[in-house]
Amino acid sequence: MNRIKDFFSSLLLIELVKGMMLTGRYLFARKITVHFPEEKTPQSPRFRGLHALRRYPNGEERCIACKLCESVCPALAITIDSEQRDDGTRRTTSYDIDLTKCIFCGFCEESCPVDSIVETHVLEYHGEKRGDLVYTKEMLLAVGDKYEERIAKDREMDASYR
Amino acid sequence: MEYAEQLFGQFFGAEWGLMLFSLTKNLALIFAIVIPLLLGVAYLTFAERKIIASMQIRVGPNRVTFFGIPWLGGWGQPIADAVKAMMKEIIVPNGANKVLFILGPILTIAPALAAWAVVPFSPEMVLADINAGLLYILAMTSMGVYGVIIAGWASNSKYAFLGTMRTAAQVVSYELAMGFALVCVLMMSQSLNLGDIVRGQEGGSLLNWYWIPLFPMFVVYFISGVAETNRAPFDVAEGESEIVAGFHVEYSGMAFTVFFLAEYSNMILVATLSSLLFLGGWLPPLDMAPFTLIPGFIWLLLKVAFLLFCFLWFRATFPRYRYDQIMRLGWKVFIPITIVWIVILGGVMQLPSSLLNMFPLNLWFH
Repeated sequence: MNRIKDFFSSLLLIELVKGMMLTGRYLFARKITVHFPEEKTPQSPRFRGLHALRRYPNGEERCIACKLCESVCPALAITIDSEQRDDGTRRTTSYDIDLTKCIFCGFCEESCPVDSIVETHVLEYHGEKRGDLVYTKEMLLAVGDKYEERIAKDREMDASYR
Repeated sequence: MEYAEQLFGQFFGAEWGLMLFSLTKNLALIFAIVIPLLLGVAYLTFAERKIIASMQIRVGPNRVTFFGIPWLGGWGQPIADAVKAMMKEIIVPNGANKVLFILGPILTIAPALAAWAVVPFSPEMVLADINAGLLYILAMTSMGVYGVIIAGWASNSKYAFLGTMRTAAQVVSYELAMGFALVCVLMMSQSLNLGDIVRGQEGGSLLNWYWIPLFPMFVVYFISGVAETNRAPFDVAEGESEIVAGFHVEYSGMAFTVFFLAEYSNMILVATLSSLLFLGGWLPPLDMAPFTLIPGFIWLLLKVAFLLFCFLWFRATFPRYRYDQIMRLGWKVFIPITIVWIVILGGVMQLPSSLLNMFPLNLWFH
């Protein structure tokens, strides 16, 4: 009896019509697509985007050229050169991050003892030539200066979990 | 028209003028069919992307517009796609047979467009009103498979060749069921001329159309049409997951696009034929005032649009059939059903005319 029922329900296309009714209903369902440039999904304060080098409120750069980030970087994307500055502190002379190598794991940020290198919420950036995505110290400091307020706020929101 | 004929006669002399005039006239008519058809194909791809997107709760293409008008978002997409395809290089693979490789897409599109010559768009609008119209269309649609076979063979690629073998087997099997379904229509209408077939369905309302007495044939014909055009769920010829893209793996640029033009114009052709043969072509659903005011061409267009929507609906709904399932459906289900229906229809047609003039039968047999 069941076999006869199955035979007729497939011969008369009942199953197929059921399937089509389902997709037909979804034709009028509300679309869940986020229209990207106009709409954006909410971002976590832990979002790991473009890198930045931060400064202390008095304008002094935080980085002390300890090279922990350079050594922890699994993709070998960070290159640091350092020397002693006239006031006796150790500072970087160059701090390059090759964003084409970077895997955005966040280890540099985790390893940094002075919260200098951070990954910001910025995800919309591009380069028009290959070299454009090698960020130098000046560029990273500029990113930090531009978004310092947001960076500080994100760190503060996440502080209790660190 | 006559003025133009005279003008040609004065310009080129009586003999040449007449010949050149009919040549120009036919060329103009061909362009009048092919250009809207290709535009229709372009926007069918857009409709497909939009409708399938909707069924998957996405929005589909909505960025490319004309002149930055925001509410036309997406409508420029087919044009942009066409321009992109034309800019691309046609790569001929090493070891491919060059002549056949280029011939493949041409042989696919030529019959797909040629079949439109006999399609009547409204009682008078038909390029070639020939008596063997349906036979001509059957011949042309069967020709398309040669292009596919040549393309797959000339590509010198195992995936292309596998896709080709599948297409050939599938198209040949479904051609049979399709042919038998058409035999029923021929028995009803007693004519091979598409215009006469539509006129045979006249009689006041949509109940007179052949889709009611021939409903199983309508379904079989339409599903065979889907299989014949290698559309989902019968698209094993493409089978992205097993054989990459089937017979057109090695094609790029415009040569690749031509295959798609052929596929989509075949889709429109199958939808048009189904509406001509079973859904009364240009006839309005009711022979009453508000319906008869709309020109027949619009009615045909609406029916075609609905059937094309079904094509897209199938694609959004059903998973692809396995190869052996396709063969089983074609040979063990469709062909028996069509043969049984031919016998039933033949029996009904042999009934005495007093019975044929009684209520339900007199709608279709006159």
